Parts: sequence; structure tokens; C-alpha cells
Amino acid sequence: MELILALAIGVLGGSGVWLLMRPRTFQLIIGLSLLSYAVNLFIFSMGRFPIGAPPILEPGSSGDPATFADPLPQSLVLTAIVIGFATTALFLVVMLAARGLTGGDHVDGRPPR
Amino acid sequence: MTGWQQHLMVLPIALPLIVGAMMIALDEQRSRLKAAMGIASILVMLGVGIALALQAHAGGTAIGVYRLGNWPTSFGIVLMLDRLSALLLVLTSLLGLAALLYALPRWQRMGAHFHALLQFQLMGLNGAFLTGDLFNLFVFFEVLLAASYGLALHGSGVARVKAGLHYISINLAASLLFLIGVSMIYGVAGTLNMADLAARIPSMPAANRPLLEAGAAILGIAFLAKAAMWPLGFWLMPTYAAASPPSAAIFSMMSKVGIYAVLRLVLLLFGPEAGASAGFGGTWVMAGGIATIAFGAVSVLATQDLPRLAGASVLISSGTLLAAVGAGQAAVTGGALFYLVSSALAIGAFFLLVELLERGREVGADVLAVTLEAFGDGEEEDVEDDAAGVPIPATMAVLGACFLCCALLLAGLPPLPGFIAKFAMLTGILNPAGLSEGPALVPPGGWALLIALIVSGFATVVAMARAGIRNIWAASDRAVPRVGAIEIAPVLLLLFVCLGMTAAAGPVMRYMQATAAALHAPQEMVQQVLGRGP
Repeated sequence: MELILALAIGVLGGSGVWLLMRPRTFQLIIGLSLLSYAVNLFIFSMGRFPIGAPPILEPGSSGDPATFADPLPQSLVLTAIVIGFATTALFLVVMLAARGLTGGDHVDGRPPR
Repeated sequence: MTGWQQHLMVLPIALPLIVGAMMIALDEQRSRLKAAMGIASILVMLGVGIALALQAHAGGTAIGVYRLGNWPTSFGIVLMLDRLSALLLVLTSLLGLAALLYALPRWQRMGAHFHALLQFQLMGLNGAFLTGDLFNLFVFFEVLLAASYGLALHGSGVARVKAGLHYISINLAASLLFLIGVSMIYGVAGTLNMADLAARIPSMPAANRPLLEAGAAILGIAFLAKAAMWPLGFWLMPTYAAASPPSAAIFSMMSKVGIYAVLRLVLLLFGPEAGASAGFGGTWVMAGGIATIAFGAVSVLATQDLPRLAGASVLISSGTLLAAVGAGQAAVTGGALFYLVSSALAIGAFFLLVELLERGREVGADVLAVTLEAFGDGEEEDVEDDAAGVPIPATMAVLGACFLCCALLLAGLPPLPGFIAKFAMLTGILNPAGLSEGPALVPPGGWALLIALIVSGFATVVAMARAGIRNIWAASDRAVPRVGAIEIAPVLLLLFVCLGMTAAAGPVMRYMQATAAALHAPQEMVQQVLGRGP
């Protein structure tokens, strides 16, 4: 489980960073999205993974950390997803405006000569 | 603090949120009503800020703690208010007021939702200064960034959209680093409350420390990108130079948020009590700060046009503050806080002034024409002529005097507070053990910072003198810009606050030194936030 998650974060993050370096706005936004998936998984992994444990206390239980999952990283991920979604949408609008104003999809307005 | 006074702390966050949300619901045509709401909201914020600052100063070591939902600190989110937060609240509302007043005659009509965005920007700034929780800091960072994206693009046009694209992508990437840093710290320490972290770090096992330090370093990169430390700050000059002047004025506060976060966290988490991690990152912040000063000094000398000159002064200011924070001495920090206030006011005034000076020139007219073409529907053009209101007499003399004040402030020449701030910092650097202790060994970093401060001040003098000659003295043949009273008023407001800081330098400096002393000895604050104190 740890290996799969680590590989997923690594592959998503690596692809994201590579795309971030590309000169087209479409590649940039896909890169940022992939990076944010990687980061969300990373935050999630910081709560460790007790398999099959719900993030709530059973009634009457003593609160032994081994029996329930840490709910805080899950709520952090939720917040990060919402904020990331909103900023990506905002960025998309700016990209459309740049496309309209410069007539190209290069991140600097026009490709270097 | 009893009764309603206790809830005063949450007002700088709640008020702009509510007012901004109400403004969105209002039609775009009702700009007069929106402006009135905005001014009222900022004036209330300013009043609350001053009341909180007086309260924090009178309270000595007691700080304000506001538990949202009244949850205990270890479960809930807290707001905390000490002298530093209160000071920055006042500064934010001053710059917000200046930006709003300046936008009234002309800029508020150049794009949609200017007033609402400004309110959200202020909410994000105030929230970032008040919060006592790392993840909540992230949320407020995103609020202020989202509003700043709108403000940076306010007025549209090719230059703004191009610069905005870079600005937004840099900040989105930095936000992701912020999240990685925050989650690593949570994974190691099990808490995100700043005070709780400070209490837990001293007893942290050695095996966990590398992870904690890596998390803090990643978090630091996100803050330093915001504070435009070299080499993370190449986005700043194009963005600030392209932004509309009112937005640029409020952005001069925004680059201080990164510095605030570094100052707060370095001193709180990695103070002398932090055991093996004590002083972590200080050298890096100092070296980066000095590199930023050097880069800023070269940029100041190299720039030809005024908006970029203002952008380059932001870099010098950021670099100076970072290097002073990295020095890690209470006396230097006190001077740096004084410098923070005077430079934020001066740069805000300078960004506003630059547009007034450029107005007579063709370059500025071109940009405005492009803006109108891209956004306006021609309706603005007939408003244009009388929009500036009553023209002020002796325009060039007033503009020249304001320019001179800005130059003195930015270069740190007497008698304005820029000089007092630099003098205080240099005194702190040269007397690491305190003035009464006699001569002591100045660390090499101190000498480097001293040289950087002097040289950057000299570079600023040269650049500002050149710009002043070119734009005010030598330009006798061009038309005198039409400047309305309402447009010069915010510049004068900011400069008068600076003059006030010179006149009342003693009390202001005592406030700053008390702030710095409290920041360098945070145990008291930690105990109070955790609810164990008196």
C-alpha cells in the first residue's frame, strides 16, 4: 500500500513538474492539476494508513489511536481540493483572456525567436 | 478584555468578508454606494486596528486569544493578537484606504468588482496577520492571493494579463509547496497550531527533527517566494509595474505578508528553546536577504521607467527585512519593524505617485488607451476629463515634493523615518550585545548586511535623483498632468503618516522594540495561547 501510494505521488508529481516547465498554457494548467493531485495524496498520507479504520470514535471506545484514522489530514485534503479547484478555474479564465489578447497559447505571449 | 471587546479581534476578518459579499450582490453601476461602503468598512477596520494596537501595547505581555467556536486550543482554530499583528492591521487598513481613495475618480470604473476584490484582499491580509494556525494561514493566503489575482488584472490589457499569467502560476506552485510543508509538519509534530508547535518542538526526538526541518524549509520557500527573495522573486517587478496603481499600492503590503510569516515562524518555532533546531534557517534567510538587496540595487539602477523603479524598491525593502530577520537579534528586529512600516507606506505612496507623474507622458496615455479599448465601451471617455475632480494648484510643485519625500524614505535619508529605521538596524548590528555592553565582536553576516544596507541606500539615491531630474526638472516642455485633489490626497495621507512617525519617533520606536522583544521571547505567548497562562 505504501509503495503504491509513494509511486502514485512520485509519478503524478514528476509529470506535473515536467509539464510545468513546458511553454504552452494548456501544459501548464495540466501540470498544476497533476501536482495538486500529488500534493493532496501526500497530505492524505501524512495521517498514516490504518486500513479499514473509520475517522470517527466508536461509541464507548477509549480513543486508542490504532483503532481510528486521523480525521484532520482528511479535512485538510478536502479544503485543499476545494481551494485548488477554485484557483484552477480562475487560472483557466486568465489563460482564456491571455489567449484572446495575445492570440497565442505561449506562456510569454509569443514564442521566443 | 470582557464582553463585546473580546469579539473586536474577529472584526477585521468578518467585516470585509460581509461587506465584500454584499458588494458582489450590488449592480456594477452603483459604484458610489460601493465606494461609500468600502470607505466605511476600511475606516472601521482602521479604528479597530488602532484600538487593538493600543490595547496590545497597554497589556504588556498579555496577548489577545480568540478561540473560534470556543473550542480548546488543541482542537479548534485560534486567532491571536499581539503587538505585531495589531501594527500590521493598522498598516493594512491605511494602505487599503489610500488605494480605495485613489481609485475613486478613475480606476474603479476600469474593471469589474474593484471594491469587492479590495475588501477580500484586506480580509485575507488581516486574517493572515491574526491567525495562530498554520493551515488557517494557508486558507487566508489563498483568500488574499485569489483577490490579488483579480486586482493584478484590474483594468485588463495585454501587459497585465501576461504578467498576471506568470504571477498566478508562480503563486499556485508556491501554494502547493505551502501544503507540502504544512502536511509534513503535521505528520511529524501532530499539530498545526503555532503555539502548540513551539511547545512541542523542544521535546521532539532527534529522529524526527530532519523531517520537521525539511517541512519548515519547504514552507519557508513558499513564504520567501511571496516575499520575493532572490532567486524566487523574478515575478515581482513585471507584475507590480503592470498592475493598476491602486492595486500596486495594496500589493506593497502583500509582499510583507511573506516576511511576516517568516518572522513569526522563525522566532516562534526555532527560537533559542528549540533545542537542536534552534536558529534553523536564520543564515539562509539572511544570505537570501542580502542577495535580494544586491539584486534590488542593481535593478533600481538599471530600470528606466518609474513603475519598474517602484517594483525594484519593493525588492530592496523585502531583502532588507529578510536579512534583518535572519540576523536574529531583538534590536535589529525592532529597527526592521520600523523599516517595514515606513517602507510599506513609502512604496504604496510611490506607486500612486508614479501614475500621476506618468500621466502627462505619451507612454501612460498609450496604456490607458489600450485599457479603455480592451475593457471600456467608450462610455468612460467622456467621464475622463472631469473625473479627476478639482485640479490642485501648483501641481508640479506638489508632485515634486511628494516625490522628494518618497525618495528620502526609500533611500533612508534623514529626517524621514527611513533613516531612523536604518539607523536603528545598524545600531543593532554593530552592538550585538546591547549598547551598554560596550564593543563586541560583530559577526561577518552583520558586516555584509551593513554594507548591503549602505550600498542599496546609495543606489536608491542615485536612481531616484535620476528619475526625479528626468520626470520633474527636465521635462518643462510637456503638459502639466491634471491631478485631482482626491487623487493626491491618499499620497499625502501616506506621507503624512510617515512624517508623523518622524515626529513621534520615540514612542513608535518603543512600540517596535517592545514588539521585537516579545517576538524574541515567545514562551509567554505560547502559554497564553495554550490556555495555561494567567
